[in-house]
Amino acid sequence: MSVVRQRSVLPGFGLSLGFTVTYLSLIVLIPLAAAFIRTAEMSWGDFVQAVASPRVLASYRLSFGVSLLAALVNAFFGFIVAWVLVRYSFPGRKIVDALVDLPFALPTAVAGIALTAIYAKNGWVGQWAEPMWSGFLAWLTGVMPSVDWKKLLGAQIAFDRPGVFIALTFIGLPFVVRTLQPVLEELEPELEEAAASLGANRWQTMTRVIFPELLPPLITGFALAFARAVGEYGSVVFIAGNRPMHSEITPLLIITKLEQYDVRGATAIAVVMLVTSFILLFLINLLQKWSRRHHRI
Amino acid sequence: MKLKTMAILLAALAGTFAATAKPVQLLNVSYDPTREFYVEFNAAFAKFWKARTGDDVTVKQSHGGSGKQARSVLDGLQADVVTLALSGDIDVLHDNAKLIPRDWQTRLPNNSSPYTSTIVFLVRKGNPKGIKDWDDLVRAGVSVVTPNPKTSGGARWNYLAAWEFARRKYGSEDKAKDFVAHIFKNVAVLDTGARGSTTTFVQRDIGDVLISWENEAFLALKEFGKDRFEIVMPPVSILAEPPVTIVDRVVKKKGTEVVAKAYLEFLYSDTGQEIAARNFYRPRNEAVATKYASTFAKVQLFTIDEAFGGWAKAHQAHFADGGSFDQIYVK
Amino acid sequence: MAGIASSLTEKQGSARGGTPRVIRNPLWVRVLFMTIAFVFVAFFLVLPLSAVFGEALRKGLRVYLASFNDPDALSAIKLTLLTALCAVPANLVFGIAASWCIAKFDFRGKALLTTLIDLPFAVSPVISGLIYVLVFGLQGWLGPYLGAGDHPWFGEWFNQQDIKIIFAVPGIVLATMFVTFPFVARELIPLMQAQGSDEEYAALTLGASGWQMFWRVTLPNIKWGLFYGVILCNARAMGEFGAVSVVSGHIRGETNTMPLHIEILYNEYNFVAAFAVSSLLALLALVTLVLKSLIEWQHARTRKDAASA
Repeated sequence: MSVVRQRSVLPGFGLSLGFTVTYLSLIVLIPLAAAFIRTAEMSWGDFVQAVASPRVLASYRLSFGVSLLAALVNAFFGFIVAWVLVRYSFPGRKIVDALVDLPFALPTAVAGIALTAIYAKNGWVGQWAEPMWSGFLAWLTGVMPSVDWKKLLGAQIAFDRPGVFIALTFIGLPFVVRTLQPVLEELEPELEEAAASLGANRWQTMTRVIFPELLPPLITGFALAFARAVGEYGSVVFIAGNRPMHSEITPLLIITKLEQYDVRGATAIAVVMLVTSFILLFLINLLQKWSRRHHRI
Repeated sequence: MKLKTMAILLAALAGTFAATAKPVQLLNVSYDPTREFYVEFNAAFAKFWKARTGDDVTVKQSHGGSGKQARSVLDGLQADVVTLALSGDIDVLHDNAKLIPRDWQTRLPNNSSPYTSTIVFLVRKGNPKGIKDWDDLVRAGVSVVTPNPKTSGGARWNYLAAWEFARRKYGSEDKAKDFVAHIFKNVAVLDTGARGSTTTFVQRDIGDVLISWENEAFLALKEFGKDRFEIVMPPVSILAEPPVTIVDRVVKKKGTEVVAKAYLEFLYSDTGQEIAARNFYRPRNEAVATKYASTFAKVQLFTIDEAFGGWAKAHQAHFADGGSFDQIYVK
Repeated sequence: MAGIASSLTEKQGSARGGTPRVIRNPLWVRVLFMTIAFVFVAFFLVLPLSAVFGEALRKGLRVYLASFNDPDALSAIKLTLLTALCAVPANLVFGIAASWCIAKFDFRGKALLTTLIDLPFAVSPVISGLIYVLVFGLQGWLGPYLGAGDHPWFGEWFNQQDIKIIFAVPGIVLATMFVTFPFVARELIPLMQAQGSDEEYAALTLGASGWQMFWRVTLPNIKWGLFYGVILCNARAMGEFGAVSVVSGHIRGETNTMPLHIEILYNEYNFVAAFAVSSLLALLALVTLVLKSLIEWQHARTRKDAASA
């Protein structure tokens, strides 16, 4: 146990760590190594060509950009949903609570089909949202004519970039809510009562007392929603339109490579996505660890 | 009394014999649009085989994108027969894993393609945009739906048909590329598979024209109504030959070679050809073809061998990384 | 020991009870929060769900119910349940072990380990399936030895065993385990970290053994987080499409899970049946909710019993 920095009297460190590492290796690390080894068979030139051709680069911008946006939106709204679910009682609370899991329970393909049906121009929402979107784009063009808004944001909702955003927001939604919820439920009212009795107003209590407690799970939820969105395939291909250089996500390019029997090229792109996501997640985890230590002192 | 016992014994014996007629199971790994066809065909074959040998045969089906299915077989899916969208997807079974001999395509008549199809246009009722020929697809304001040639076998036929049309009409590869690039400028949605494109066109009301397999277009008419859509046959199109073969390594191991071969040969029988024609595949058999002549419009069809020198070459030039399809998007 | 346990639940009970006046948000904040939450939930959850049920019931209840009376659908449902039954408990045990060592101990490489646990979320589902093909496929590392072929290195015995991993149930279970790998752990780690270890120390000081401490102190404390983790893990295990699609082989009535069966139905233009089977998966979320309420209710009753005794 030389790796343990401070001696702890709690038992089970060796057992739990040993089990964790073994299971992790068998299910995740060894199979993933297969992808890395396949990629290592490529020459450097082939690798660069596979992962940095213009189409692939365009897809990174779309996948990472929209995933980031979707995760941010989820962090904001997910926080509010979790707060409302834990703190307020209202009729139908349990139903809303159950609905949160829907994006996981629905197979991604079904989610894609359902979202497309709703947001296509002949769908329930699409039929009135589509004209609003065009109006919004026209307004943006009026305000800032130098930007090609139609190209940047997508000329329509379904079968264009907004569709990608909708699908990615949908599939990432439960992460933020469900990581915040147990922590919020465990949050002791004594803490808030103490703050209130010490003269803090509600805003101060929220920002100085509650929010710091909730920040780690919020960041976790955000990171997970982001990571999940980057890799998502099933729901997005139905609603994205999949036009190369414009609304084509990176996982679709992996499939494309596989269809050419180019397993190496496919794993190469996968490795790039994986390493990028890994670095992002790692930085977030480091940040959290640091902030926790900082917070405790 | 004794006689009666004997009779019972005999009956029991007969029963045992009937029970020993071995149940055989085949796995047919196929591509997406053939589901309806093979459901009907498998039932007919089971009847035929039972009558001929007394054995029960059940044929399990697996469907998916043609390339994905080929990859599964390469990776160990125990397919007795494969019936895919294009010969290129079967060639890899030899090239990458030696599951079948190199000359697999000569083992059965007609390039091992018991039925054919072609590429047609599905338009909305009344053909409001007046789409008649490939040229109409590049007009401004015509919105086109086709699957992605990188992920869909059917879309590759679409692409090559358009390319060859333009090369014949405008006389050069460069102009053909330009023409195809213009079609793809008009493409609103690139779904990953043929069925996905049909759904987008039919259910979501996207696009003025869907470039589609002939059998898919007919099926869409059947499912969604002749009052909503119609089929436009371009004067020139490509002869799509979806080939079939047994997977030698698998049938040898499983001991199903005889029945698997009979299964594929049954595709060429009158019954098999009838079922194919009923499911909107063009039959090879002359007699059946004449019977269904009213269904299938006569058009000038070119083959991939005469126009592109075979799948391997066509794939390299157009669909491999950096091929013409990549070039028209990345300029 | 028993005293500790009951005093703990007591405290939790008060935390769960009515919120004291002093720490309530003003009315306008509550209204604003609830409005935002409702609109968001309506657009992203209620609408898709109604779309699913709307399509499923389009042709009436009888057609809806008939969709389940199909041998292929039933075999898909069975396979999905079996898969979840294997994957969820395995990941549950893993989740507890992982969160225990990460939340309660400080050691070198902790951030790395945490990140590695998150990794399956970041892997595209397609790749999650593909990596098992790379390991167990005929062209992969182990495939040639698994009786999928006639490998010269091994005797006849191996070739005849015909151990099927991919394109069979084990592959589907493995891919599902991979995809749902982090859920329980990810749910428990922030919770355990927020709780700290004081109560465990107290239990140990009072002479509890390691297991006693775990069963009586740790487990009751983390049970809600654990429950959320299992719900999510289960929902995702049953709903996973991309990864399973790669390793399944799509053999009708044999290796099709519910999501794959839904895709087939949809591609056969059998929209009603496709959405009917989907609605079954959506109902899962509601069933787990009922379960949760039941547990809460049971919990409240036993506490009341304990108090009155």
